[in-house]
Amino acid sequence: MTKRSYINGLPLVLLLSGMSTPAFAGSEDVVVENAWSRASIGVNRPGAAYMTVRNTGEDAVTLTGLATPLAMMPEIHESKTNSDGVSSMAPAGEITIEPGQSVALEPGGLHAMLMKLQEPMTEGENFPLTLTFSDGGKVTVEVPILGIAARGPEG
Amino acid sequence: MQRRQLLLYGAAGAGVLGLTLFVGWWRVDGPGAPEPKGQRPLPLSAMEFRLTDHEENEVGPGNLIGRPTMVFFGFTYCPDVCPTTLSDISGWLEELGDEASEMNVVFITVDPERDTVEAMAEYVGYFHPVIRGWTGPEDQIARAAEGFRASYERVPTEGGDYTMNHTASVFLFDAKGELVTMIDYHEPREFAVPKIRRALTEDVEGAT
Ligand SMILES: [Cu+2]
Repeated sequence: MTKRSYINGLPLVLLLSGMSTPAFAGSEDVVVENAWSRASIGVNRPGAAYMTVRNTGEDAVTLTGLATPLAMMPEIHESKTNSDGVSSMAPAGEITIEPGQSVALEPGGLHAMLMKLQEPMTEGENFPLTLTFSDGGKVTVEVPILGIAARGPEG
Repeated sequence: MQRRQLLLYGAAGAGVLGLTLFVGWWRVDGPGAPEPKGQRPLPLSAMEFRLTDHEENEVGPGNLIGRPTMVFFGFTYCPDVCPTTLSDISGWLEELGDEASEMNVVFITVDPERDTVEAMAEYVGYFHPVIRGWTGPEDQIARAAEGFRASYERVPTEGGDYTMNHTASVFLFDAKGELVTMIDYHEPREFAVPKIRRALTEDVEGAT
């Protein structure tokens, strides 16, 4: 929790939201929108969470990892479907978001894969998910847990 | 590059009209006609496999003939693509309303090791009530996948678990068990629902 917020130009909105731990240049300008996830059946199956990560700043930011008390192995994954219609899923690695751009974590593409759940994901509850950036900054969002058959942030 | 172009011009000179007609046939009706997937699934009547549905009934391809059918492959430990497909299908079925109950909608697992009858029952229970979950011995799953020309593969993950790569398309058959079309993963609802309606009416129009 490095508090470097005094350095310069910390956007007021992030100060007010209290959802971001400001750090070095870049990641303090990250805004996470429309986060949602699906309920799980027990803890043996991995979960997935979705959101839009927007870089409102003037420097590129690189998303390097995830952390949450809900899962021991949270990781950014990407699902792909090839020309034969076969879907597969693999770790997505680091994701760089250019200034003014956003990256969508959405069904069938990038997702926050929640492996080794510590407790079941129960519809109606929330869990905190921390996004870690290459500049050392972290952004934590509360992710609502929707039904298993949810199709988007509205359910 | 130069040589290839020369050859092309040569062919064109030899008979532009004939070539054009041939190309047209090739693309529209011939072997060059666009196939969304590698190979076409067999008619349901030509498939052979025995599985168990989520209510412990013995089932096979024969159970699907007589009504239009929608089939897709997946597994319940799939966090992203499968729940998305199941919820998309649930949405299409809701849009079809009463017509949905005139269809067979079957989710066949490619992970029978973890997807027992009980696991399938619990899982499909969260989606549209028309959706049935089929599982069974590995060799029968393999025969089913072969019939649909679907593929799947077990892939180990870092945590010591495994995930499954699998065909994510939805197969649509008419009431006679002939393939009508496939719905690609992520196909927008505006395209998917009319395709399903086609499968629902094909048996009437296609009757000879
Ligand atoms: Cu994943």
